[in-house]
Amino acid sequence: MSLKGKAAAIGIGELKPVKEPGDLTALGLMATVAAEAIADAGLEKKDIDGFLVGVPFSDPGMIYPASAAEVLGLNVRMLNQVDIGGASPAGMIWRAAAAIDAGMCNAVLCIVADLNKVGDQRPPVISVQREFEAPYGNIGANCGYAMIARRHMHEYGTTARQMAKVAVDQRTSALKNPLATFNDKALTIDDVLNSRMIVDPLHLYEIVSPVSGGAAIIVASPELAKRAKNPPIWLLGAGEYANHSTITYAPSITESPIKPAAAAAFKMAGLQPKDMDLACPYDCYTITVIVTLEDAGFCKKGEGGPFVMEHDLTYAGDFPCNTHGGQLSFGQPGLAGGMSHVTEAIRQLMGRCGERQVKRAALGYVNGNGGIMSEQSSLVLERRS
Amino acid sequence: MSEYYKPLPKPSPTSRPFWEAARRHELTLQRCGACRAFIYYPRDRCPKCFSDQLAWERVSGRGKVYSFTVVRRASSRAFSDAPYVLAIVELAEGPRMTSNIIAAPEDVRVEMPVEVCFDDVTPDHTLVKFKPA
Ligand SMILES: [Zn+2]
Repeated sequence: MSLKGKAAAIGIGELKPVKEPGDLTALGLMATVAAEAIADAGLEKKDIDGFLVGVPFSDPGMIYPASAAEVLGLNVRMLNQVDIGGASPAGMIWRAAAAIDAGMCNAVLCIVADLNKVGDQRPPVISVQREFEAPYGNIGANCGYAMIARRHMHEYGTTARQMAKVAVDQRTSALKNPLATFNDKALTIDDVLNSRMIVDPLHLYEIVSPVSGGAAIIVASPELAKRAKNPPIWLLGAGEYANHSTITYAPSITESPIKPAAAAAFKMAGLQPKDMDLACPYDCYTITVIVTLEDAGFCKKGEGGPFVMEHDLTYAGDFPCNTHGGQLSFGQPGLAGGMSHVTEAIRQLMGRCGERQVKRAALGYVNGNGGIMSEQSSLVLERRS
Repeated sequence: MSEYYKPLPKPSPTSRPFWEAARRHELTLQRCGACRAFIYYPRDRCPKCFSDQLAWERVSGRGKVYSFTVVRRASSRAFSDAPYVLAIVELAEGPRMTSNIIAAPEDVRVEMPVEVCFDDVTPDHTLVKFKPA
């Protein structure tokens, strides 16, 4: 059983995130990106017969997929919410392909939009985290990733400069992305290290900024893909894994469930990390990129720090990585931040990235990461020439 | 007396013995009668073997810092008294716990030995914390 070549992405819609959402609503953003993605695919709304949606932080509710589908005026044969945190968008792509391969539908709208306001984070709603984490001040994602970074530094000698390099290279690419929130000023390693320490050892510029926005992708059957107006971007491999929710209880905090997720994706694709022309690893923090590159197999365990120093991660470099700027420079519009890694890989493979276009981009790796290195969903995507 | 404004644990039937022991200033863990694993946080069945033969045992209270962060700016206003040291402590018996290290931030290190201490934050609530051993 494989999803290799069973479906392709044929259309994308994505908004430039905004810092102040004003009168926007999550469903309004969804309608905008849905219309954009359907038009981009060369389809009409009536062609959409599958619907996968992430539940916005700003607009939760029961039976959310049906409610959202009704607002968007969809008639669908398959609908579901995907609720694996920041891995939800990547997770949607293979779920859509699986539904298509099963004959349930032909064109799946995968969508996320959120109003992600800067402000006070509440204690978590899951009782275990509320009972055993929140009383000690383990609230929000910053603390967990800081502890991952600290342990990684301890085990492997990873340095603050190595982590900062990730933010610097991604910013260089963001300068060429008109959709990025932070695309007006280059960063240096010293800029990152001189920014305010938020959670030792992570500085302000190593942490995503919450913004509001949305994105959508149309995943289509081979029949639809072959007559699409855009070059279809085929799903070659997918893998998913989780073995904990809170890192306190993870078997290791420096070796993540990305390892089995990525291995499954590469195995299904029949390819290896070195075959990839670009990588879009989820980046909520700089350390997330380093751990992902190690666990996905782009370098050996513990060598992520030296790897990012030795390679140019920009769109023009020898290892193009998060060429949209990553969430660190694109911004994190809720789950749509995780969708930005998927849309960027698809855009690059379609050859639509303008000034930041990676040359000879045929194969791309994407990883979605939910919670504190918890849910992991990896994709291998291909543009066939 | 100033009001305690941080989140407090709301014990469940499963976890109540843990917090009641903490109020007596004792650290107790569940232990599986089948596979002998120590378990934290409290469960209804062993997460390793699914046995329901779980019993409470008082443990040493000794451990080491697996990792930590100094929270300079908290994501929640309830912790506006930052900085504080948030840590994952690996207990001598094996399980890891989220807790705080009661020490100056600059004195905390990964792998540092620690021992349990108890913080009676309200008349009804005692949190399990750690200090350098
Ligand atoms: Zn057991």
